[in-house]
Amino acid sequence: MTLAATGHGFLSPSGVEIAFVLVGIATLGAALLTVTTRQLVHAALWLVVALGGIAVEYLLLTAEFIAWVQVLIYVGSVVVLLLFGLMLTKAPIGRSPDADSGNRWAALTVALAAAAALVWVVVDAFRATWIDLDRAVQGSTEVIGRSLFQYWVLPFEALSVLLLAALVGAIVLSRRTGEGRAAAAALDNGAAPAPAPREEQR
Amino acid sequence: MHLAYPAVLAVLLFCTGLYGVLARRNAILVLMSVELMLNAVNLNLVAFDVWLRDTLHAGQALTLFTIAIAAAEIGIGLAIVLLVYRNRGSSDIDRLRDLAETTDAADGEPQPDTTAEAAA
Repeated sequence: MTLAATGHGFLSPSGVEIAFVLVGIATLGAALLTVTTRQLVHAALWLVVALGGIAVEYLLLTAEFIAWVQVLIYVGSVVVLLLFGLMLTKAPIGRSPDADSGNRWAALTVALAAAAALVWVVVDAFRATWIDLDRAVQGSTEVIGRSLFQYWVLPFEALSVLLLAALVGAIVLSRRTGEGRAAAAALDNGAAPAPAPREEQR
Repeated sequence: MHLAYPAVLAVLLFCTGLYGVLARRNAILVLMSVELMLNAVNLNLVAFDVWLRDTLHAGQALTLFTIAIAAAEIGIGLAIVLLVYRNRGSSDIDRLRDLAETTDAADGEPQPDTTAEAAA
Protein backbone atom coordinates (compact mmCIF):
# COMPACT_ATOMS: atom_id res chain seq x y z
CA MET A 1 0.00 0.00 0.00
CA THR A 2 1.16 3.46 -0.71
CA LEU A 3 0.12 6.16 1.61
CA ALA A 4 1.90 9.00 -0.12
CA ALA A 5 0.47 10.11 -3.40
CA THR A 6 3.79 9.94 -5.15
CA GLY A 7 3.80 8.89 -8.74
CA HIS A 8 0.02 9.13 -9.04
CA GLY A 9 -1.88 11.93 -10.61
CA PHE A 10 -5.43 12.65 -9.61
CA LEU A 11 -6.11 14.56 -12.79
CA SER A 12 -4.39 12.03 -15.02
CA PRO A 13 -6.21 8.81 -14.25
CA SER A 14 -5.00 5.50 -15.53
CA GLY A 15 -6.96 3.34 -17.93
CA VAL A 16 -8.18 1.07 -15.16
CA GLU A 17 -9.56 4.05 -13.29
CA ILE A 18 -11.37 5.35 -16.35
CA ALA A 19 -12.90 1.93 -16.97
CA PHE A 20 -13.84 1.65 -13.30
CA VAL A 21 -15.59 5.02 -13.31
CA LEU A 22 -17.47 4.32 -16.54
CA VAL A 23 -18.68 0.90 -15.38
CA GLY A 24 -19.47 2.42 -12.00
CA ILE A 25 -21.68 5.06 -13.60
CA ALA A 26 -23.53 2.37 -15.55
CA THR A 27 -23.90 0.27 -12.40
CA LEU A 28 -25.18 3.18 -10.36
CA GLY A 29 -27.66 4.15 -13.07
CA ALA A 30 -28.98 0.60 -13.24
CA ALA A 31 -29.28 0.51 -9.45
CA LEU A 32 -31.19 3.81 -9.44
CA LEU A 33 -33.54 2.47 -12.10
CA THR A 34 -34.00 -0.69 -10.03
CA VAL A 35 -35.26 1.25 -7.06
CA THR A 36 -37.30 3.80 -9.00
CA THR A 37 -38.93 2.02 -11.92
CA ARG A 38 -42.64 1.39 -11.69
CA GLN A 39 -42.59 -1.83 -13.66
CA LEU A 40 -41.77 -4.64 -11.30
CA VAL A 41 -40.26 -7.05 -13.80
CA HIS A 42 -38.10 -4.28 -15.23
CA ALA A 43 -36.73 -3.70 -11.73
CA ALA A 44 -35.48 -7.29 -11.66
CA LEU A 45 -33.91 -6.91 -15.10
CA TRP A 46 -32.17 -3.67 -14.13
CA LEU A 47 -30.91 -5.49 -11.08
CA VAL A 48 -29.20 -7.91 -13.47
CA VAL A 49 -27.39 -4.99 -15.09
CA ALA A 50 -26.33 -3.60 -11.71
CA LEU A 51 -25.04 -6.94 -10.45
CA GLY A 52 -23.21 -7.61 -13.71
CA GLY A 53 -21.59 -4.21 -13.45
CA ILE A 54 -20.40 -5.04 -9.96
CA ALA A 55 -18.91 -8.26 -11.34
CA VAL A 56 -16.97 -6.20 -13.89
CA GLU A 57 -15.76 -3.98 -11.05
CA TYR A 58 -14.46 -7.06 -9.26
CA LEU A 59 -12.59 -8.02 -12.41
CA LEU A 60 -11.05 -4.56 -12.57
CA LEU A 61 -9.98 -4.96 -8.93
CA THR A 62 -8.24 -8.23 -9.96
CA ALA A 63 -10.66 -10.34 -7.92
CA GLU A 64 -11.60 -12.65 -10.73
CA PHE A 65 -12.88 -15.57 -8.68
CA ILE A 66 -15.30 -13.33 -6.80
CA ALA A 67 -16.42 -11.91 -10.14
CA TRP A 68 -17.36 -15.29 -11.54
CA VAL A 69 -19.03 -16.33 -8.31
CA GLN A 70 -21.01 -13.10 -8.50
CA VAL A 71 -22.11 -13.89 -12.05
CA LEU A 72 -23.02 -17.47 -11.17
CA ILE A 73 -24.89 -16.88 -7.94
CA TYR A 74 -26.36 -13.39 -8.23
CA VAL A 75 -27.06 -13.05 -11.92
CA GLY A 76 -27.71 -16.72 -12.35
CA SER A 77 -29.80 -17.74 -9.40
CA VAL A 78 -30.83 -14.85 -7.16
CA VAL A 79 -32.39 -12.83 -9.96
CA VAL A 80 -34.16 -15.92 -11.27
CA LEU A 81 -35.50 -16.53 -7.77
CA LEU A 82 -36.69 -12.92 -7.60
CA LEU A 83 -38.41 -13.26 -10.97
CA PHE A 84 -40.08 -16.45 -9.75
CA GLY A 85 -41.25 -14.57 -6.69
CA LEU A 86 -42.64 -11.76 -8.81
CA MET A 87 -44.51 -14.21 -11.00
CA LEU A 88 -45.84 -16.29 -8.12
CA THR A 89 -47.20 -13.25 -6.30
CA LYS A 90 -49.00 -12.26 -9.50
CA ALA A 91 -47.11 -9.02 -9.92
CA PRO A 92 -48.67 -6.72 -12.50
CA ILE A 93 -46.84 -6.81 -15.80
CA GLY A 94 -47.33 -3.20 -16.82
CA ARG A 95 -46.92 -0.06 -14.82
CA SER A 96 -48.11 -0.28 -11.25
CA PRO A 97 -48.81 3.14 -9.80
CA ASP A 98 -48.43 2.03 -6.18
CA ALA A 99 -44.92 0.62 -6.40
CA ASP A 100 -43.68 3.29 -4.00
CA SER A 101 -45.18 3.73 -0.60
CA GLY A 102 -46.23 7.03 0.88
CA ASN A 103 -42.98 7.72 2.67
CA ARG A 104 -40.79 8.01 -0.39
CA TRP A 105 -39.87 11.62 0.29
CA ALA A 106 -38.73 10.75 3.78
CA ALA A 107 -36.80 7.84 2.29
CA LEU A 108 -35.22 10.15 -0.28
CA THR A 109 -34.20 12.56 2.45
CA VAL A 110 -32.65 9.82 4.56
CA ALA A 111 -30.82 8.30 1.59
CA LEU A 112 -29.45 11.63 0.38
CA ALA A 113 -28.32 12.61 3.87
CA ALA A 114 -26.62 9.25 4.33
CA ALA A 115 -24.98 9.48 0.92
CA ALA A 116 -23.68 12.99 1.56
CA ALA A 117 -22.29 12.12 4.98
CA LEU A 118 -20.69 8.86 3.86
CA VAL A 119 -19.18 10.28 0.67
CA TRP A 120 -17.71 13.15 2.65
CA VAL A 121 -16.22 10.86 5.26
CA VAL A 122 -14.88 8.32 2.76
CA VAL A 123 -13.32 10.87 0.44
CA ASP A 124 -11.80 12.69 3.36
CA ALA A 125 -10.38 9.49 4.82
CA PHE A 126 -8.96 7.92 1.65
CA ARG A 127 -7.88 11.00 -0.21
CA ALA A 128 -4.24 9.91 -0.53
CA THR A 129 -4.68 6.16 -0.70
CA TRP A 130 -3.89 4.11 -3.76
CA ILE A 131 -4.49 0.50 -4.64
CA ASP A 132 -1.47 -1.10 -6.25
CA LEU A 133 -2.90 -3.31 -8.97
CA ASP A 134 0.37 -4.06 -10.71
CA ARG A 135 1.81 -6.52 -8.23
CA ALA A 136 0.83 -10.19 -7.88
CA VAL A 137 -2.82 -10.91 -8.54
CA GLN A 138 -4.70 -10.88 -5.29
CA GLY A 139 -7.85 -12.72 -6.25
CA SER A 140 -7.12 -15.47 -8.74
CA THR A 141 -8.86 -18.79 -8.31
CA GLU A 142 -5.70 -20.53 -7.14
CA VAL A 143 -4.94 -17.94 -4.48
CA ILE A 144 -8.49 -17.84 -3.19
CA GLY A 145 -8.78 -21.61 -3.22
CA ARG A 146 -5.60 -22.06 -1.21
CA SER A 147 -6.62 -19.42 1.29
CA LEU A 148 -10.16 -20.77 1.59
CA PHE A 149 -9.13 -24.34 2.27
CA GLN A 150 -6.14 -23.52 4.46
CA TYR A 151 -7.43 -20.83 6.76
CA TRP A 152 -11.19 -20.68 6.25
CA VAL A 153 -12.21 -24.32 6.31
CA LEU A 154 -14.30 -24.19 9.45
CA PRO A 155 -16.43 -21.18 8.40
CA PHE A 156 -16.78 -22.78 4.98
CA GLU A 157 -18.21 -25.97 6.44
CA ALA A 158 -20.44 -24.04 8.83
CA LEU A 159 -21.73 -22.14 5.84
CA SER A 160 -22.66 -25.37 4.11
CA VAL A 161 -24.70 -26.34 7.16
CA LEU A 162 -26.36 -22.93 7.06
CA LEU A 163 -27.25 -23.39 3.41
CA LEU A 164 -28.76 -26.77 4.18
CA ALA A 165 -30.79 -25.29 7.03
CA ALA A 166 -32.00 -22.50 4.75
CA LEU A 167 -32.99 -25.02 2.09
CA VAL A 168 -34.98 -27.11 4.56
CA GLY A 169 -36.55 -24.00 6.02
CA ALA A 170 -37.63 -22.69 2.63
CA ILE A 171 -39.16 -26.05 1.72
CA VAL A 172 -41.02 -26.29 5.02
CA LEU A 173 -42.29 -22.72 4.71
CA SER A 174 -43.55 -23.08 1.17
CA ARG A 175 -44.99 -26.58 1.49
CA ARG A 176 -48.75 -26.75 1.54
CA THR A 177 -50.31 -28.86 4.23
CA GLY A 178 -53.48 -30.88 3.63
CA GLU A 179 -55.91 -28.29 4.99
CA GLY A 180 -53.97 -25.58 3.25
CA ARG A 181 -54.40 -27.28 -0.07
CA ALA A 182 -58.11 -27.76 0.57
CA ALA A 183 -58.48 -24.11 1.53
CA ALA A 184 -56.60 -23.01 -1.57
CA ALA A 185 -58.80 -25.19 -3.73
CA ALA A 186 -61.88 -23.73 -2.09
CA LEU A 187 -60.43 -20.27 -2.69
CA ASP A 188 -59.93 -21.08 -6.35
CA ASN A 189 -63.51 -22.28 -6.62
CA GLY A 190 -64.77 -18.99 -5.33
CA ALA A 191 -65.89 -20.25 -1.94
CA ALA A 192 -65.11 -18.43 1.26
CA PRO A 193 -61.60 -19.08 2.53
CA ALA A 194 -61.25 -20.96 5.75
CA PRO A 195 -57.76 -20.26 7.04
CA ALA A 196 -58.55 -20.78 10.69
CA PRO A 197 -57.97 -24.56 11.11
CA ARG A 198 -54.75 -24.33 9.17
CA GLU A 199 -53.29 -21.80 11.51
CA GLU A 200 -54.20 -23.90 14.48
CA GLN A 201 -52.49 -26.83 12.94
CA ARG A 202 -49.22 -25.02 12.76
CA MET B 1 -6.19 2.88 -8.66
CA HIS B 2 -7.41 5.48 -6.23
CA LEU B 3 -9.14 3.80 -3.30
CA ALA B 4 -11.79 6.50 -3.26
CA TYR B 5 -13.37 5.22 -6.49
CA PRO B 6 -14.58 1.84 -5.21
CA ALA B 7 -15.36 3.29 -1.79
CA VAL B 8 -17.53 6.08 -3.20
CA LEU B 9 -19.25 3.69 -5.59
CA ALA B 10 -20.00 1.35 -2.69
CA VAL B 11 -21.40 4.25 -0.66
CA LEU B 12 -23.66 5.38 -3.48
CA LEU B 13 -24.90 1.85 -4.14
CA PHE B 14 -25.59 1.38 -0.45
CA CYS B 15 -27.61 4.57 -0.26
CA THR B 16 -29.54 3.57 -3.39
CA GLY B 17 -30.44 0.32 -1.69
CA LEU B 18 -31.34 2.22 1.46
CA TYR B 19 -33.76 4.39 -0.51
CA GLY B 20 -35.25 1.29 -2.10
CA VAL B 21 -35.77 -0.44 1.23
CA LEU B 22 -37.45 2.59 2.72
CA ALA B 23 -39.53 3.66 -0.27
CA ARG B 24 -40.69 0.47 -1.94
CA ARG B 25 -44.03 -1.11 -1.17
CA ASN B 26 -43.78 -4.54 -2.72
CA ALA B 27 -41.88 -6.96 -0.51
CA ILE B 28 -39.93 -8.46 -3.40
CA LEU B 29 -38.71 -5.04 -4.46
CA VAL B 30 -37.53 -4.52 -0.88
CA LEU B 31 -35.57 -7.76 -1.17
CA MET B 32 -33.97 -6.48 -4.37
CA SER B 33 -32.88 -3.33 -2.58
CA VAL B 34 -31.40 -5.44 0.21
CA GLU B 35 -29.39 -7.25 -2.44
CA LEU B 36 -28.06 -3.92 -3.65
CA MET B 37 -26.95 -3.02 -0.14
CA LEU B 38 -25.21 -6.37 0.31
CA ASN B 39 -23.41 -5.91 -2.99
CA ALA B 40 -22.18 -2.51 -1.93
CA VAL B 41 -20.67 -4.06 1.18
CA ASN B 42 -19.10 -6.81 -0.92
CA LEU B 43 -17.48 -4.25 -3.18
CA ASN B 44 -16.02 -2.53 -0.13
CA LEU B 45 -14.68 -5.82 1.21
CA VAL B 46 -12.97 -6.70 -2.06
CA ALA B 47 -11.51 -3.23 -2.55
CA PHE B 48 -10.03 -3.11 0.93
CA ASP B 49 -8.72 -6.65 0.64
CA VAL B 50 -6.88 -5.75 -2.57
CA TRP B 51 -5.61 -2.53 -1.01
CA LEU B 52 -4.30 -4.13 2.18
CA ARG B 53 -2.82 -7.20 0.41
CA ASP B 54 -4.11 -9.38 3.21
CA THR B 55 -2.22 -12.65 3.42
CA LEU B 56 -5.27 -14.51 4.72
CA HIS B 57 -7.46 -12.99 1.99
CA ALA B 58 -10.01 -12.26 4.67
CA GLY B 59 -11.92 -9.74 2.59
CA GLN B 60 -12.49 -12.03 -0.36
CA ALA B 61 -13.30 -15.02 1.83
CA LEU B 62 -15.85 -12.90 3.69
CA THR B 63 -17.24 -11.76 0.34
CA LEU B 64 -17.80 -15.38 -0.65
CA PHE B 65 -19.52 -16.04 2.66
CA THR B 66 -21.67 -12.95 2.24
CA ILE B 67 -22.74 -14.06 -1.23
CA ALA B 68 -23.71 -17.50 0.09
CA ILE B 69 -25.61 -16.01 3.03
CA ALA B 70 -27.38 -13.63 0.67
CA ALA B 71 -28.48 -16.58 -1.43
CA ALA B 72 -29.86 -18.29 1.68
CA GLU B 73 -31.52 -15.06 2.76
CA ILE B 74 -33.22 -14.55 -0.56
CA GLY B 75 -34.54 -18.13 -0.48
CA ILE B 76 -36.01 -17.81 2.99
CA GLY B 77 -37.29 -14.31 2.29
CA LEU B 78 -39.09 -15.35 -0.85
CA ALA B 79 -40.63 -18.33 0.95
CA ILE B 80 -41.94 -15.98 3.64
CA VAL B 81 -43.24 -13.52 1.05
CA LEU B 82 -45.02 -16.29 -0.82
CA LEU B 83 -46.56 -17.54 2.41
CA VAL B 84 -47.78 -14.04 3.26
CA TYR B 85 -49.16 -13.64 -0.24
CA ARG B 86 -50.96 -16.96 -0.02
CA ASN B 87 -52.56 -16.09 3.28
CA ARG B 88 -53.33 -12.42 2.67
CA GLY B 89 -53.59 -12.07 -1.08
CA SER B 90 -51.12 -9.20 -1.07
CA SER B 91 -47.40 -8.75 -0.56
CA ASP B 92 -47.46 -5.02 0.16
CA ILE B 93 -45.52 -4.47 3.32
CA ASP B 94 -47.41 -1.40 4.45
CA ARG B 95 -50.70 -3.28 4.52
CA LEU B 96 -49.49 -5.91 6.96
CA ARG B 97 -50.51 -3.93 10.01
CA ASP B 98 -51.88 -6.62 12.26
CA LEU B 99 -49.24 -5.99 14.88
CA ALA B 100 -49.51 -2.20 14.75
CA GLU B 101 -50.58 -0.43 17.89
CA THR B 102 -54.07 0.84 17.29
CA THR B 103 -54.60 3.23 20.15
CA ASP B 104 -56.93 5.40 18.13
CA ALA B 105 -58.98 2.51 16.77
CA ALA B 106 -61.34 2.69 19.73
CA ASP B 107 -62.15 6.28 18.85
CA GLY B 108 -63.41 5.23 15.47
CA GLU B 109 -60.76 7.17 13.61
CA PRO B 110 -59.64 5.67 10.33
CA GLN B 111 -56.26 4.03 10.12
CA PRO B 112 -53.52 6.08 8.52
CA ASP B 113 -52.93 3.53 5.79
CA THR B 114 -56.56 3.48 4.74
CA THR B 115 -56.57 7.26 4.42
CA ALA B 116 -53.37 7.11 2.41
CA GLU B 117 -54.87 4.50 0.11
CA ALA B 118 -58.04 6.48 -0.28
CA ALA B 119 -55.99 9.50 -1.24
CA ALA B 120 -53.85 7.50 -3.65
